[in-house]
Amino acid sequence: MDPVAYVILATILFCIGAVGVLVRRNAIVVFMSVEMMLNACNLTFVAFAQMHGNLDGQMIAFFVMIVAAAEVVVGLAIIMTIFRTRRSASIDEPSLLRN
Amino acid sequence: MNELAQMNAVVEVGSAGEEWAFWICGTLAVIGALGLVLSRKTVHSALFVALTMINLAVLYITLGAPFLGFVQIIVYTGAVMMLFLFVLMLIGVDSSDSLIETLKGQRLAAILMVLALGVIAVAVIAIALDGTTTIGINEANAEHGGNVEGLASLMFTKYLLAMEIVAAVLITAAMGALVLAHRERWSPKRGQRELAEERADDFNRAGIHPGSLPSPGVLATSNAVGTPAILPDGSASELSIPVPLRGKKHPDIPAEPEQIAADFEEVAELSESETVREPEKLADVTGHLELDEVYPDSHNDEAGTGEFELPPAPDDEGRS
Amino acid sequence: MSTALMSLATSGDIPSDTVEPILTQITASDAGGIFEFMWLLLALPAFGAAVLFVAGRRSNAWGHLLGVLMAVIPAGLAIWLLVALMGRPEESRTITQHFWDWTFVGTFNAEFAIRLDPLSIVFVLLITIVGGLIHIYSVGYMAEDPGRRLFFAMLNLFLAAMLLLVLADNYLLLYLGWEGVGLASYLLVGFWQYKDVAAVAAKKAFVMNRIGDVGLSIAIMLMFVTFGSVTFGDVFAAAPEADSTTMTLIGLALLLAATGKSAQYPLQAWLLDAMEGPTPVSALIHAATMVTAGVYLIVRSNAIFDQAPVALNVVLAVGLVTMIAGAWIGCAQDELKKALAGSTMSQIGYMFVAAGLGPAGYVFAIFHLVMHGMFKADLFLGSGSVMHAMNEERNMRFYGALRGVMIVTWITFICGFLGISGLPPFDSAFSKDDIIAAATSQNWFAGAVTIFAAGLTATYMTRMMAMTFFGKARWHDDAHPHESPQTMLWPMIILSFGAIFGGLFAVGVIGDLNILEWLKPVTGYEEAALEVPHWSLEVITFVVVIIGIVLTWMQFGMRDVPQAAPQHVTVLTKAGREELYTNTWHEELLMRPGQHLTRWLVWFDNKGIDGAVRGIASGIMGIGTGLTRTQTGYSRRYALVMVGGFLLLVAVFFLAWWF
Repeated sequence: MDPVAYVILATILFCIGAVGVLVRRNAIVVFMSVEMMLNACNLTFVAFAQMHGNLDGQMIAFFVMIVAAAEVVVGLAIIMTIFRTRRSASIDEPSLLRN
Repeated sequence: MNELAQMNAVVEVGSAGEEWAFWICGTLAVIGALGLVLSRKTVHSALFVALTMINLAVLYITLGAPFLGFVQIIVYTGAVMMLFLFVLMLIGVDSSDSLIETLKGQRLAAILMVLALGVIAVAVIAIALDGTTTIGINEANAEHGGNVEGLASLMFTKYLLAMEIVAAVLITAAMGALVLAHRERWSPKRGQRELAEERADDFNRAGIHPGSLPSPGVLATSNAVGTPAILPDGSASELSIPVPLRGKKHPDIPAEPEQIAADFEEVAELSESETVREPEKLADVTGHLELDEVYPDSHNDEAGTGEFELPPAPDDEGRS
Repeated sequence: MSTALMSLATSGDIPSDTVEPILTQITASDAGGIFEFMWLLLALPAFGAAVLFVAGRRSNAWGHLLGVLMAVIPAGLAIWLLVALMGRPEESRTITQHFWDWTFVGTFNAEFAIRLDPLSIVFVLLITIVGGLIHIYSVGYMAEDPGRRLFFAMLNLFLAAMLLLVLADNYLLLYLGWEGVGLASYLLVGFWQYKDVAAVAAKKAFVMNRIGDVGLSIAIMLMFVTFGSVTFGDVFAAAPEADSTTMTLIGLALLLAATGKSAQYPLQAWLLDAMEGPTPVSALIHAATMVTAGVYLIVRSNAIFDQAPVALNVVLAVGLVTMIAGAWIGCAQDELKKALAGSTMSQIGYMFVAAGLGPAGYVFAIFHLVMHGMFKADLFLGSGSVMHAMNEERNMRFYGALRGVMIVTWITFICGFLGISGLPPFDSAFSKDDIIAAATSQNWFAGAVTIFAAGLTATYMTRMMAMTFFGKARWHDDAHPHESPQTMLWPMIILSFGAIFGGLFAVGVIGDLNILEWLKPVTGYEEAALEVPHWSLEVITFVVVIIGIVLTWMQFGMRDVPQAAPQHVTVLTKAGREELYTNTWHEELLMRPGQHLTRWLVWFDNKGIDGAVRGIASGIMGIGTGLTRTQTGYSRRYALVMVGGFLLLVAVFFLAWWF
């Protein structure tokens, strides 16, 4: 199977994830979209590792997973905190950045 | 060892099976991604993401990365997505997004831009990959006796420092999450005594019933949660069953309207005998059982006359 | 001063190294002996003014005495300085005293230094002696005025500024004094500012003087550009090598300044109005000293004018025109002070004519200036005495026959008359005849005009005498003329001595001072070759003067003067009464267009400049408002923009790589 096919699949997933980030308002959904984009990247890493015939790409994908896990922990904690004070998980409603 | 070798041989890289796996799993992954973006309920989104990730795990395995495939399933689908669902439950499982876009042109612009992004990415990759040959991962996997061994040897030699740093990152993230989620207590904890005194206070001021409501199934034929308690006069008490189950047909509860009205009157009489004199408020009792909702302004009767001001009626949009 | 410091330094009270720089600064000037105290000339009146201004009403009781003291002491000091200066050899009669440096920008540096030389000592004497006498006179004249203390404060301020003007060692310091006298003149003309006419006159004097002052500032700028310095010594040393066009420009700018300050045509209109000020002010500022500052400026800058014959000719022309115009106005005005003001213009015109003759006339300009200072001050003080007696009535048509009641005033006025009219052997007989001779030697026309002006001088003076002191009494019913108090009479008596004997004194008939020899080192002098004998000009002048006196006497002395000014008079008289319509054409040609220009400028300022500024500001505000619209606060919007930016970046790189 040509690695280009995997890369195009990854691109499609990445783009869908990006649309999710840009369009959805629920912070958790946005967060999951980010995870989707990360996974798309991982797919390219693995595909290129297969193409180049060494394991470094898989290694990097592994690290991405670890860092993504850490990120999820912190991010969800932040979402929890915001939800606790504002009673909302919408990323639009506060418009905190404006005022 | 033997099992690992077998695991490596699940799908031979470059075989027709790989092609089948790609088309099936790839399609499912895209469906999952679309589901993430399109579903209205957050829980559904989370489940769609899980679907995508499992399919990606399959693809990893077909690409000669079985270790990553399993890590993907265990860590992502098993831990991360469950963490997501856990938080979702905490902050309200039924919170669903309104699908009306508030930002003008955001959706169209987002889709167009992301499409352009995708086109550029594909173009760049296509140009970059032009003329390259695929070596295949099998040799690299076989070098140390298998995929896991190969990764392990890399992880503890070439990527040792990165590994340590990532470990530190994980610990820091855990600590950070603890700090962020921790809630400081600003008032002393209310114990049994304080709660009891509060109830007695409420009864004295507003005549709120200090005792607990009847439990479902008391004196009934069954103690299931949906079976109402039987009152001393033999009728069933709707108050005793959880809100979602009320109004449903049940052998012990008469579904006829007049019977329900009689129930209400009974409750009203019960309340009349105490100090509350608000029949129309009591009509709500069947709907909401929290004491604060029954007597929302029980605190404003400072003169102790037993008269209360009613809150303004809720308007159409649910604001009061 | 330096010895005092030196002794301080040696006695150990002050560490000697701190004294050293001060000492070198002071000893850098070649002042010594009495000349060390030159600075007192400036400091005393300035001190008096400061005390009187600051102390306010508390000093009402003794303010006038302090004012007089601060004017009389410098007069004594000036005489002492003159004696000391005469004791020095001719070549070392220029003494400078340096105080400190003003450094402005880059190489532009001016010293605060004063310079005493034969020319400035003449002015110092004139200013301090006449000024001192007028201070004394004012004590009596202003006795009933509640603002007498303030009046003396301003007079002292004027003295300080005028002395600074004539003692300055560079043009910038001169400019300071120049503006100072302008300020003092403004304040004093408007001293009775509750009278509308006085306030307006003060404003008019101030504005017209500013026009001249622009000339002085331009001249100073040109000098700095041309010579890199504004010090007299540097400028005069460099002037002979300088470009003649530049010199002409500087000369004309200086002339503009002199014209404004000295009330020469066409900037003369303020002087007649300035007569609204108290009479001592008219005598001191608008007759004897300040209005002659223009002559001083031109004579002081003789090195520049020597290189600018065109400018000199313009000076001559201005002088001739003003000489006739002033006399003309003097003949027609019915108010005593205004007639005298016309006379002042005319006499300063004489000085300008002399200055315009170049090296042949500078000395005579100063000579006539000093003589004029004495007799005109005398005449003005006399007029003040008359007005004082006549309840401040100014119109001569309500005077008449005053010789019987005001004998001292009458006699001193006659002395002034003799001084100005040019009858030998009194003041003008020397100075004016010298000017006539010098003018004739260079230019027949100028000579003829000066002789004619001498006749006019006699005419208006005779008219004044006749209308004021002779004929029948035409007084108001409530007028009870009386002789003035002693404090007013004595200055008049002393000044009338000056008017009679000043000329004799100045040419060395009495005493051993010859003003010609005295001023020569500073102003230069070239004997003008006269084609006719000197005595013949004197005879012609004498005859013209006598004719003027006799004709006027026949008109005004032997006939009754009507109280109402006759309406059926010649065009010449009408023009004279209207001050030659100068005010009219100033108004039509300058004021109206000026007002229109100002209005247009205001409009342009509001619409054009402010509009542009506001336009830019609101444009930027608009951009800012537009940009804030992008700051929605929605993180999704920001993310979208990030994606867009990334796209753009990738596109640029992609294109760069592609081509």
